[in-house]
Amino acid sequence: MNPRIRQVIRMKNKKTAKKGTAWRLIKTVFEFYPVMMPVVLVCVVINAVVSSIPAVFQQNIIALVEKSWKTGDWGAVSGTIARWVATLLILYIISLSASFAFNRMMATVTQGSLKKFREKMFNKMQTLPVKYFDTHNHGDIMSHYTNDIDTLRQMISQSFIQLLVSGIMVTTVFCIMIYYCLWLTIVVLAGIGCMFIITKKVGGKSTRYFIRQQEALGNVEGYVEEMMNGQKVVKVFCHEEETKADFDRINEELFHEAETANKYANTLGPILNNVGNILYVVVAVAGGILLLLNVPNVSLSGKALGISIVVPFLNMTKQFAGNINQVSQQINAVVMGLAGASRIFDLLDQEAEPDNGYVTLVNAKEENGVLTESSERTGIWAWKHPHTADGTVTYQRLEGEVQLFDVDFGYVPEKTVLHDISLVAQPGQKFAFVGATGAGKTTITNLINRFYDIADGKIRYDGININKIKKADLRRSLGIVLQDTNLFTGTVMDNIRYGRLDATDEECRSAARLAGADSFITRLPEGYDTMLTGNGSNLSQGQRQLLAIARAAVADPPVMILDEATASIDTRTEAIVQRGMDALMKGRTVFVIAHRLSTVRNSDMIIVLEQGSIIERGSHDELIARKGKYYQLYTGAFELE
Amino acid sequence: MLKDLMKCIREYKKASLQAPVLVSLEVVMECIIPFIISRLVNEIKAGCGFSVIVSYGALLAGMATLSLIFGIGAGNACSTASCGFAKNLRKDMFYNIQEFSFANIDKFSTSSLVTRLTTDVSNVQLAYMMIVRTAIRCPLMLVFAFVMAFVMGGRMAVIFLLVIPVLAVGLGLVIKNAMPLFKRVFRKYDRLNASIQENIKGMRVVKSYNREVFEQEKFGLAADDVCMDFTRAEKILAFNHPLMQFCLYSVMIFVLYFGSYTIITSRGLDLDVGQFSALLTYNFQILSSLMMLSMVFVMITMASESARRIAEVLDEKSSLANPENPVYEVKDGSIDFENVSFKYSEKADKMALSDINLHIRSGQTIGIIGGTGSSKSSLIQLISRLYDATEGTVKVGGRDVREYDLDTLRNQVAVVLQKNVLFSGTIKENLRWGNKEATDEEMKAACELAQADEFIMRLPKQYDTYIEQGGSNVSGGQKQRLCIARALLKKPKVLILDDSTSAVDTRTDSLIRKGFKEYIPETTKIIIAQRISSVQEADRIIVMDGGRIVDFGTHEELMKSSEIYQEVYESQNKAGDQDEK
Repeated sequence: MNPRIRQVIRMKNKKTAKKGTAWRLIKTVFEFYPVMMPVVLVCVVINAVVSSIPAVFQQNIIALVEKSWKTGDWGAVSGTIARWVATLLILYIISLSASFAFNRMMATVTQGSLKKFREKMFNKMQTLPVKYFDTHNHGDIMSHYTNDIDTLRQMISQSFIQLLVSGIMVTTVFCIMIYYCLWLTIVVLAGIGCMFIITKKVGGKSTRYFIRQQEALGNVEGYVEEMMNGQKVVKVFCHEEETKADFDRINEELFHEAETANKYANTLGPILNNVGNILYVVVAVAGGILLLLNVPNVSLSGKALGISIVVPFLNMTKQFAGNINQVSQQINAVVMGLAGASRIFDLLDQEAEPDNGYVTLVNAKEENGVLTESSERTGIWAWKHPHTADGTVTYQRLEGEVQLFDVDFGYVPEKTVLHDISLVAQPGQKFAFVGATGAGKTTITNLINRFYDIADGKIRYDGININKIKKADLRRSLGIVLQDTNLFTGTVMDNIRYGRLDATDEECRSAARLAGADSFITRLPEGYDTMLTGNGSNLSQGQRQLLAIARAAVADPPVMILDEATASIDTRTEAIVQRGMDALMKGRTVFVIAHRLSTVRNSDMIIVLEQGSIIERGSHDELIARKGKYYQLYTGAFELE
Repeated sequence: MLKDLMKCIREYKKASLQAPVLVSLEVVMECIIPFIISRLVNEIKAGCGFSVIVSYGALLAGMATLSLIFGIGAGNACSTASCGFAKNLRKDMFYNIQEFSFANIDKFSTSSLVTRLTTDVSNVQLAYMMIVRTAIRCPLMLVFAFVMAFVMGGRMAVIFLLVIPVLAVGLGLVIKNAMPLFKRVFRKYDRLNASIQENIKGMRVVKSYNREVFEQEKFGLAADDVCMDFTRAEKILAFNHPLMQFCLYSVMIFVLYFGSYTIITSRGLDLDVGQFSALLTYNFQILSSLMMLSMVFVMITMASESARRIAEVLDEKSSLANPENPVYEVKDGSIDFENVSFKYSEKADKMALSDINLHIRSGQTIGIIGGTGSSKSSLIQLISRLYDATEGTVKVGGRDVREYDLDTLRNQVAVVLQKNVLFSGTIKENLRWGNKEATDEEMKAACELAQADEFIMRLPKQYDTYIEQGGSNVSGGQKQRLCIARALLKKPKVLILDDSTSAVDTRTDSLIRKGFKEYIPETTKIIIAQRISSVQEADRIIVMDGGRIVDFGTHEELMKSSEIYQEVYESQNKAGDQDEK
């Protein structure tokens, strides 16, 4: 598709998250694991609460020891201490079990959720209209599966739990603090306030630079991709030094952004840590002052202020500050994770290709001139046409007649690329489209198989408006061979069978013979079992096209579209393949697009397109005799592309 | 492998060393602070005066400030070190790629090079940051906390000697079991992503054949597989946290019970309350250091795969080298092939070219015709030494191409590649690839010769028109003509067009050839083409088949003698002839 159109429609890749993404993410994960997630939550809460309670017992024990160490009488306190330690032991066992349980479950939840997100995206992607893929950069779509999923992993497995744990810990510790002493709690709170402000300032800066780092990384990626693609040209022109200089510039930029981002992120830890330390000192000093001045304590417990309160308070301060620090470390992960989640949700929210068709394609058999539906493959196909008005069903034989009436179309509403196209292709006719790049040849075929829907006019297939035909059935009746051959990872046989999944090996082989692909396949190291990887990179472009033709042959559709299908085969080989192609085209309605005129010469009807309109039509001989555009093209007076 | 990567640290060695030193100082502070605090607690408990508390407070505040300074310093140093290291890795890789020969380039796919320069470097950067920061911090912290625990707690600290081995063995087992899984699953993960890419690219095929559900099922299976392995690996990693909690709790219980016992029975002589609480603090520090250390190990192992992929690019040595005393001048445009055979890689069992003997005089125009896969491109790529011949010699201007300085040779032998690209930038910028100092007049002259000037002048910004990446905003024929103009600007002695006018109409094509004849008669011109009309008027035409020269002669001679040439001619002209009759 025209890259300029792509740019018009192409969405800006959003770097920040939409509102409500966090909530939706949490909700989605809960929907994935409706049983496990609540259990995880309970375990996390148990673990967090239980691991903050021991501070109470710890301080009780210290208090008791403090009170009675001078007596040296172990027997007097051993019972109490043993009881407390035993309680601690039980608490620890609970906490350990909870921790073990939720850690294991989170492994399942994290990976399972990622898998489900991947699957959801992939399944969604299969339902999206071709337009989506034409208007979105493939690299960008891919990055949903790689970068965005990666940020989610961090988010679900760590940030999620960390935030929850820290939240609970902070609340629990806070309660215990109030239980003991209000004054010291106020001191701690003041300190925490400072930490919040610092986190917001420094953390915010770091996030901003991280986003800029991502952009700089994108620039490097784009540049490297362009240069790697043109590396051979760089060599031929001895342009290495200039290329290096350009790369240095953008590499330096990335370095600068990354360095700044990391500096902010790295200093946040020590700052918070030491603010925590200072807070510790402040609490110690404040505690000392309170003790010295004998300030009356205000607390829930009503206990008097003593060393047994100040000491655990110091520990709690450390715990409190530690948790804030932990949370602050997650900020970047959370911001990036949410942005990633937001992009994933964008993809999931894309509208699927609509399909309101109700006419289906069925196997049929003919008895006494009447078509009836058959459950087996009969070689005869029929359109099954249910009529809602009277509840009857009629069957109509599949012939392969295609008609276009006054079709207008534009990829974007503002720009019409096809004007008033009308044509009638009789069953078995060979139709050729000729014209410059952008004249609208491929666009017409895009409309016939409903990759795009027409803006105005009508397209009929065997007299049925194609909007009434179910898309899957419409496409089943059309075979397409495209210029850019796409093969899939798998054996040669798998790739041919892609055309019809229930085809036998023998059927695949004879399709290959028909397409003229058999001779090169048998010369491959493992024949039909040769593995193809990386879009068949071990085959030549011509061989890949032959495979694509074989794939279409095995599908055996009544209508075929060959879009520059033989462009990469040289004319001499094409002449050899031609026999197979002729056999393949026999008895089918065929639409051929080619810029090599030798390919279209023997068509029943040649349509010459210019800027979206039909300017000439007729057979080769008629058009040559007319001495119009086709004649000029044919005699080389005009350039096609 | 590690050594190659280490070389890239260079100017960031200082920061890389600074960071651990500063981190160590920070650790010292962090370890002393609880010690001082425990003293303070004792003083408070002993009912010290207000002034003592304040002086302790001042001391602690001072230490916290120092710790802060060290911490920030360390943070900055390790950002600089790791980002700088990453920058140098990218730079070295990119520079090395620029030295690659065609054979090297063929080895790596574009997408894999892009991944190596971005994702892989980011992984290594992260791991490096961890190494510089945590890998030093944790063991140090461990040792300090350990020593302090012994100083403070005396015999009590023996408990650590019992617990640490348990933790270490536990963590070791976790890593040992998880790592192979991770390695395997990352490879599977790569394959999964490759198949997604395949699906996106082939979406039209998927939709044409209604294979959406088929693809979904295929993907579901692969995704399940990856998910299962990842879950297994992460479940093993999930032991880490409870394990460390277990050790922490064991120590707690032990210290609380026996600590109380010791204090009370010894009446505070063997252990006092302050030491008691310090022990509990160090307990936490020791175990969390170990924990972090284990995470660093996991990170490093995960990054090692990326490091390997980076080292692969850094280690790749160009298969072509400049000779020791290169020749800087190409005498003329004569070309000789003497018993040349060539294959793309040593392992290939099929020769791409065999027994080529060919002599072209300076200034001749030579056409090459042959089917796909007949090695036409291979032949001409040997002339400008894009590849080296496997056997025999290729001579330009009477000298072996291996004697020339590479830049000299390639500037004198200009090749317009079959898969040609324009780069994002203005038309002028693209043309200047041929000659940096080209004046506007020279550029215009070259474009006129390549029949490009006419369409450029019709563009709104003419020679300053911006070309999109890959030249996507000009048509195929226009792109080819720009590429020819770019090569002409080199003023080469040999000009090679590798199927470079396939999208140009026949009339313009012939105008270009006419221009060549008229304006650059001294230049040897080699034209590979599919169309007979493009080579018909050449002085001589080479017909290639299966890597061999099967015929060599003028159009008239070949029409008589060459079967292949006749076939090609007929496939292109049969119908046309009928029309004329």
